[in-house]
Amino acid sequence: MTKRLLHNAQVIDPEAGTITRADIRIENGLITQVSQSPLSANPHEHSVDCHNKYLAPGIIDIGVKVCEPGERHKESFKSAGLAAAAGGITTMVTRPDTTPAIDSPETLEFIARRANQATPVNVIPMAALTKGRNGREMSEIGFLMDAGAIAFTDCDHVVSNPKVFARALSYACALGALVIAHPQEPTLSKGAAATSGKFASLRGLPAVSAMAERMGLDRDIALVEMTGARYHADQITTARALPALERAKANGLDITAGTSIHHLTLNELDVADYRTFFKVKPPLRSEEDRKAVVAAVQSGLIDIISSMHTPQDEESKRLPFEEAASGAVALETLLPAALRLFHAGDLELPQLFRALSYNPAKRLGLAAGRMAAGAPADLLLFDAHAPFVMNRFTLLSKSKNTPFDEAKMQGRVLATYVAGEPVYEASV
Amino acid sequence: MSFTDKHLLGIEPLRPEAITEILDLADKYVALNRGPLKHSDVLAGLTQINMFFENSTRTQASFELAGKRLGADVMNMAMQASSIKKGETLIDTALTLNAMHPDILVVRHPHSGAVDLLAQKVNCTVLNAGDGQHEHPTQALLDGLTIRRAKGRLHRLNIAICGDIAHSRVARSNIILLGKMENRIRLIGPPTLMPAGIAELGCEVYQDMHVGLQDVDVVMMLRLQKERMDGGFIPSEREYYHRYGLDSEKLQYAKDDAIVMHPGPMNRGVEIDGEIADDINRSVIQEQVEMGVAVRMAAMDLLARNLRDAPASGEVTA
Repeated sequence: MTKRLLHNAQVIDPEAGTITRADIRIENGLITQVSQSPLSANPHEHSVDCHNKYLAPGIIDIGVKVCEPGERHKESFKSAGLAAAAGGITTMVTRPDTTPAIDSPETLEFIARRANQATPVNVIPMAALTKGRNGREMSEIGFLMDAGAIAFTDCDHVVSNPKVFARALSYACALGALVIAHPQEPTLSKGAAATSGKFASLRGLPAVSAMAERMGLDRDIALVEMTGARYHADQITTARALPALERAKANGLDITAGTSIHHLTLNELDVADYRTFFKVKPPLRSEEDRKAVVAAVQSGLIDIISSMHTPQDEESKRLPFEEAASGAVALETLLPAALRLFHAGDLELPQLFRALSYNPAKRLGLAAGRMAAGAPADLLLFDAHAPFVMNRFTLLSKSKNTPFDEAKMQGRVLATYVAGEPVYEASV
Repeated sequence: MSFTDKHLLGIEPLRPEAITEILDLADKYVALNRGPLKHSDVLAGLTQINMFFENSTRTQASFELAGKRLGADVMNMAMQASSIKKGETLIDTALTLNAMHPDILVVRHPHSGAVDLLAQKVNCTVLNAGDGQHEHPTQALLDGLTIRRAKGRLHRLNIAICGDIAHSRVARSNIILLGKMENRIRLIGPPTLMPAGIAELGCEVYQDMHVGLQDVDVVMMLRLQKERMDGGFIPSEREYYHRYGLDSEKLQYAKDDAIVMHPGPMNRGVEIDGEIADDINRSVIQEQVEMGVAVRMAAMDLLARNLRDAPASGEVTA
């Protein structure tokens, strides 16, 4: 492995909450030295001038949908890996909501093998909590952990039977497994394509009250209290769910929460005249909700920002809004979209990378996400200010369903390193 | 010329002057329709296709008659029976239609926004004949014309819209149109049938007919769909009729000269008492049907003029 010296970088340290000019030495895939005084290159050491740009721990993205097995025409490990590298994502934590669902050690081993052959970035799979994501019988949590599953989730399927969910939580708890759930009251949100309110009423769209999220979260918190499980809420997107989350954390439950980049940067009005690229699950919320969620990331109440990358082909989006598929691709737009919060003055860069890199690593027990000697050299070099106009056809993802098409954005990945090796370098 | 749009997809994008222009022309077509020779040739040589993805007798007949009286070649396609059952998408349907070179497409679809989507993909002029729970613009225009002719004006009136507002595209288009024309709008119905956030549109919301109907000039009743009647949204048909059905007792709270409207088809004894519906001194329900033909003639006439004035349309994007 190449020895590398990255010098003259503005190093973002999310753990310390600082940005300092520093040089970074990399050996054997690990960061070995972070020095604020300039280091000189040793012989046989490859020296890289960072031109005073930002260097941060690579993004660890929990909840990426790669459509293998089942729908490789939407996204393969190869295309997702290239997109992730170009987006500064060094670890993809993949979702099991494929066809078939990843609910057995055999399928998990298959996709883990596929993933590591085809992608330049780290891929860590999650597995389904219940067989077929049907919410009836728990999957083989122990075997799946042995096979490498880092967390258990039925994704957007809510395990609606509390008895089944409680048992899965306590079983997972005994094994120390992390359970990731989608807080939502499913009977209320069934069929909804928008958040209820003036906008949905005017557009005549079937809508769900924001309260459905709080109800789902309240139930989950009660079951976590009952079982002692390690629990992560995949997406908290409404103001009304936040006090419940805050109380649960204050009570010492092992709970963390995430949110999606789309809920942080877009609101329901972006749907405008039924633009289906803005149809996500849960639906986009009001501006008040968006602001509350941004504030929760700022305060640390919400721990993790994810892309919730969900590739959909043109056919499944070119339908009337109600019938169109949900989800948006976001591996390549996660960073520039997140930087909107920085440019708007909502979040400092260390806060942002706390939610993008440090916290997800910590929650999953990964060594990455830090800027310290001994941590894996999974790094992201970027220009936070470079402006560009998004053109969805330039995306490396096979599916081009981004809501940011034609949006003016700022922020460009200059290089992505995984274990010290460049997996993406921008052509200048 | 105030109405210069290529399509009529909803009331929302229309300016008040455009609404007035359509209604003024519709008045002339009312006269034509009442005369001995009910024919004009302003749409001669144009092809009108009525594409109904949802059952309709009255609206479809009204559009067909309007087109024929203006000299268009009219074709009806009952879509719920044919291609969508075979899995054809709306976009495929649009491309197929483009190949037939229609000039005017009249579309009804069960999903909100579907007509907008279709309009983006076809070359011709599109008229929304009702999309999901979104808009039904020609219904609001015909209601506006009916009110204007009965009351002598379409502004500064107290208008009550009663019943199932939540599921009604007729209500949405009327709320927007009557609001644009500066009327006071009251919505009356049980909370389960009231859309969320609707008061933010500047409407007053009432749950009690006796209070809501106080001194109104116009009482607009809405149809209650059968599938909403049993337990889900209201306890029963008879309780609904008791609390929200328009009868002479409730109507006496309105002004003495208040008119009664209904977009049809009516459920007599559910949302409206049969006697009120047939009372020629109060009910303008038959006039609404008559105005429907005239308003659709006016809208298609104006759209055809815009079509002729517009430069040749460019490439179709699929």
